[in-house]
Parts: sequence; C-alpha cells; structure tokens
Amino acid sequence: MSETTLVQAVNLALARAMAEDERVIILGEDVGIDGGVFRATDGLFARFGADRVRDTPLSEMGIGGISVGLAAAGFKPVAEIQFSGFIFPLIDQINNHASRFRARTRGHLQCPMIVRTPCGGGVHAPEHHSESPESMFTNIPGLRVIIPSSPRRAYGLLLAAIRGLDPVVFMEPTKLYRGAREEMLDDGKELPVDRCFVLREGCDVTLVAWGAMIPEALKTAEEWEVKSVSAEVIDVATLKPLDAETIINSVKKTGRCVIVHEAPLTGGFGGEIAARVAEGAFSSLLAPIERVTGYDTIMPLLKLENVYLPDAARIGKAVDRAMAYA
Amino acid sequence: MNNPVVAAKFEVDLTRYLDPTGKLLQELPKDTQDPATLTSLLCALVRTRAFDAKSVALQRTGRLGTYASSIGQEAVSVGAASAMRSDDILVPSFREHGGQLWRGATPVELFLYWGGDERGNFFANAPHDFPNCVPVGSHALHAAGVALAIKLRKEPRAVVCIFGDGATSKGDVYEAMNFAGAWKLPVIFVISNNQWSISVPRTSQSAAQTLAQKAIAAGIPGEQVDGNDVIAVRAVVGVALERARAGQGSCVVEALTYRLGDHTTSDDASRYRRDDEVTPHWQEEPIRRLQQYLTTARLWTKSDEDKLLKEVNAEIETAAEAYLATPSQDPSVMFDYTYAQLPVDLAAQKRAVLSSLSVNLPQTAE
Repeated sequence: MSETTLVQAVNLALARAMAEDERVIILGEDVGIDGGVFRATDGLFARFGADRVRDTPLSEMGIGGISVGLAAAGFKPVAEIQFSGFIFPLIDQINNHASRFRARTRGHLQCPMIVRTPCGGGVHAPEHHSESPESMFTNIPGLRVIIPSSPRRAYGLLLAAIRGLDPVVFMEPTKLYRGAREEMLDDGKELPVDRCFVLREGCDVTLVAWGAMIPEALKTAEEWEVKSVSAEVIDVATLKPLDAETIINSVKKTGRCVIVHEAPLTGGFGGEIAARVAEGAFSSLLAPIERVTGYDTIMPLLKLENVYLPDAARIGKAVDRAMAYA
Repeated sequence: MNNPVVAAKFEVDLTRYLDPTGKLLQELPKDTQDPATLTSLLCALVRTRAFDAKSVALQRTGRLGTYASSIGQEAVSVGAASAMRSDDILVPSFREHGGQLWRGATPVELFLYWGGDERGNFFANAPHDFPNCVPVGSHALHAAGVALAIKLRKEPRAVVCIFGDGATSKGDVYEAMNFAGAWKLPVIFVISNNQWSISVPRTSQSAAQTLAQKAIAAGIPGEQVDGNDVIAVRAVVGVALERARAGQGSCVVEALTYRLGDHTTSDDASRYRRDDEVTPHWQEEPIRRLQQYLTTARLWTKSDEDKLLKEVNAEIETAAEAYLATPSQDPSVMFDYTYAQLPVDLAAQKRAVLSSLSVNLPQTAE
C-alpha cells in the first residue's frame, strides 16, 4: 500500500463526504478548477461540478456568512479559508452566528458548517501565513475546534466533523500537509471528536500537544527514552470541547506535564490545559506544569521562524526541568 | 484620457403611490386594488404600532428588556412582508416587528424574545424565517446563503433581508450584495433608511447620493421607494421578488423612512436630535396617509377605525398577559442546545447548575 499525505487524506475525506451526502458543498477561494492552493480540493470540481465545489469571490467574511445561511437552510457547507491569517473576518460570523444558532433558537435552527484552514509555521511561508490562532476559537461556546496531526486523524476527524451537526473550525497544519504521510484506508470510518489520542504510553511525564507539534513531541519522547525517561504523548486533536479527563488521568499516572503549542504563550490553549491539570491532578503533580510555546511576539518571517517555533530540543529541556524535581 | 467615453451609466428610480396627505399619485398596482388588501395593510400598520407601544410600556415598567421600537417605519417591513409568499424567507435585523407579525409571528413570541427568553426566537407559524439579527448587517450574508440554498434546490422561493441605513456602511453588506450579484441569487435587500444610526445621521454615514446605488457596484439593480408608503414598498419589493423567483437575481430596495422614536428604550434621542427636526416627519408617517386615502376613497370610516383599535388593543393586551404568565425556562436548558449532543465537559457544568444553581463549582475536581 502506498503512503497518503495529510493533504491527500483531507482530499479523500472531502470526496467521500460529498459522495455520501449531496448536501455537502465546498466553497472558498480557488477551491474549484485550481483544487485549492494546497490541492486539498484537487479533482473535486471535475467530479462534483461547479454547483457543489464553488469558487467564491475574494471575500472571507462572505464565505463565512454564506456558509451560515447555507447551513441554516439545510446544506452542509465546508468552507476553505486559504490561510489562517485570513480567517479573522470570519470570526464575526463564527462567534456571533454559527456557534449560536442552535442555542438561541432552542434547537429549531442549527448551523452545521465546517471552516477548514491551514495553520502553523515551519514551511517558510510569507507574512500572515504561519500563525496558529486556535485559541481565538477555543473560547467560543458551541464551536468545535479540531487540529489533526496525521493523515489518518485528518481523514477520520474531518469525516466526523462533516457528518456531525455542530460548526467546526478544522485547522490543518501546513507543515504536515506533505510532511506527514502514512499508509491508510479510505474506508469511510470516522474518529471520535470528543477524545484525545494517546499516541505513546509512558510513566514519567505527559507531553500534551497538537498539530505540527506532535512529531516534535514524539521525537522528544523517543530521544529521552534513551535517557531512561518514559514519556506519554497525548494528541489533543479535538481542542474544543476538551477531553480533559484523558489528560488528567495521564498526569495522575506520570506526575509531570509538559504542554506544547506553536501559538503564543499568553492566552494560549495550553493555559486552559494547565488549569485543568492543576484542578484535576493537583495531588499527583511532582513538578510544576511546563509550557513550551511560541513567544508572545509577532510570528517572525521565515529567517527567524525556527527560533520562534518549539522543537524537540526545547521540549526536551522542559522535560529535563520537570524530571529534575523528583 | 483625452477623449473619455462613458463606460457605464446608472439611474436610481424613486417610487411612490401615496403622497403624505394620502393623495394617490398613480394608479394602484394590480394586486393592491382590492379594498380588503388595502385595509389589511392598514390593520397591520396599526397592529404594529400597538405592539410597539405596549412593548415600550412593558419596558418602562420593568417587564421587558431593552426594546427597539419601529414607530414611523412600520410600512417598510409590513410592505415588504406583504409582498412575500408564505414560503419565502424573511431575514430581519431587529426592528422588523411589523413584517414578523404579518408573516405569522405572534405578539407573544416577540414579547418573549424582547423579554429575554430564547423561545421567542422561533416562530411556529413562520418556521423558516430567521430570528432577529443584532450585529448590524451581518445577516445580509445569511440571506445570500439561504438564497443560494434555494437556488441549488431549484425552488421558486426568495429571501427578503432587511437592514438599516447604518448597515450599508459595513463590508459584510457589500460582500452579500456582491455574492448575490456574482451568483444571481434570489435575495432582496431592503434598506430601511430611517435616517439615523443611533446618533449618526444618514448624511454622516455615506457620501453616496442614495444608498440604493450601492447595488450598482455589485451589478444588481438598486432603487428607492417611499418607505412611508406601504403600497409603494409592497409594489417595488413585489416586482423584485417576482424577478428573483424567476431566476433573474437580486435587487436592493432603499426605503426612505424616518425613525420617529429613540433608537431603543436605552437611548435618549434628545441628546443628539432636536424636536423641530422630528416634528415635520410626523406629517409623513405611514398610517395617517393610508388612512386618509382609504377614507377619501370611502373604504374606511370612523367606526372601522374604532373597531380596529379596540380589536388590536385587546389582542396585544391578551398577548402581553400570556407573555407575563409564561413560566421561565429551566436554567439548565442553556446547556442543552450548545452542541448537538452535550459534551462531557459541559455536562459537568450542567450538573453543577442543577445541584446548586452555581456554575462556579469546580468542574474537574479530583
């Protein structure tokens, strides 16, 4: 079996969702004949036609608002925002409308729409193309925030998101689009959107991460195993709603917690996880909770981006600090 | 360029049937000639004004939340709604009580919403209509999205979206018009231009001569109508809706009206608007002119008027009593519709509410 990249997995999930449900509509900039700037929608225009794979005007807020209307009227729009740096005009539509429709009508209207967007750095992209704005969305009730870190999880989580009835911001790590590849089946099986994934079991420290930080965390875990440190690695993947239980249970077992994300430190989602761990596993903690994150600076351009982005070495230092406690 | 050529030329028409004194300026549109139709429009305007008056009274006595009265501009939403078919879809902002009532929303439902109960955001008799939209202009895109859904299903329906003059300064409203033009969507954007966006007058809102001309940039027709002439609003929106249902796309209708009251019950317009600016507009308001026309045409009498007021006031009073007697929602209901299924995380918060009515209990305590 040949390997599938993460972006191909996204494409397979989109194709399957469109084939099984004619209410699924893809819309966005250059998603049609061009197949999207990352080729996530490659071939879908030819297969499903211009009505269902719609090139929109260059209008991000418009894509968001049109999707709200489509979803409330019975369709399942899957919108693509070309880069997460351009998602901000949609926040009005996501925060004020998509996430609220079911609650404010007490279940009479709902808004099952997906907003897919590439996120994160590490590919030497231009300005505004490398940020990780997930915590802008995790504070929004009614919204799901999903960030896959492997082709299989991208496929299974995207299918689940599209088949579900909640609005979802689905962030795809640009660095993993072609950097992550594995053998996988296009079998239509979805993955749960309410559980963290324990990727590696360990007993000394819990590494909690998501997106493109997962390969870095796994690398640290492997390298520190040689130093006789056994690290458990949890891919949060479905940040909102959060499966805090899996993380808390892990830290109860290991006694140490290192949280890793690309987004800036302050107000980052790592703070929420740290608080949950402190509430839920306080008496098990053997060391302060560590956070390894981007800095509270503007995301630098490509020359300095690798200074900004956490990597296995920085994660390893945090593991060392945690291990030094006991 | 030495010899410029005219690349494009545009005009914006203004339609009016009744002048402010109720004088008929042109032959009535065919579907508004029936006396029963004309009197039903008058009834709807009067009913809306009674609803507004009761709502303000309820708010002033602490029994309703902040309320946005539509006094003076009832003809815009009643006229537009009266041009719609029942399976068309209304996507309103927050001052379209008249149109909502016309389409079957009950006064009790509207009182519930303005009284702070989400159950008032759904109208059993108009189940496809959208609830009020508070973030100004952001619903114009929803209307375009619903219109796309209708078009994809090849249904002979259309959407009416109403927003104010202030909304036309916003990018989302232009984006909606642009989508509607580019995709030829069956959606009519009605600008209820009441001349004021809270304290900012229309003249400070835009240098555009008309707001209707904003449609032209989006490649769709834009026209003005006398928004205090319910017959004209109904006629112009009606023609636009027929075009839309026939696959000929969108239209912008700027209805010229005037906000006779405060922006909301939380506003005091005397801080920024002189009474002598407002007074002349009372001569142009929509109810009086239709009443005078109908009276002159011998279609309406003083006793009809007395009977109508009695009926409408009784209906609104009964509705207010029913609203006030409606038990509040169970507090835990706020958790139930956040997601399609209650997530584990939120279930813990819900349990905390149920056990103590305090959301501040530790949620993930050991």
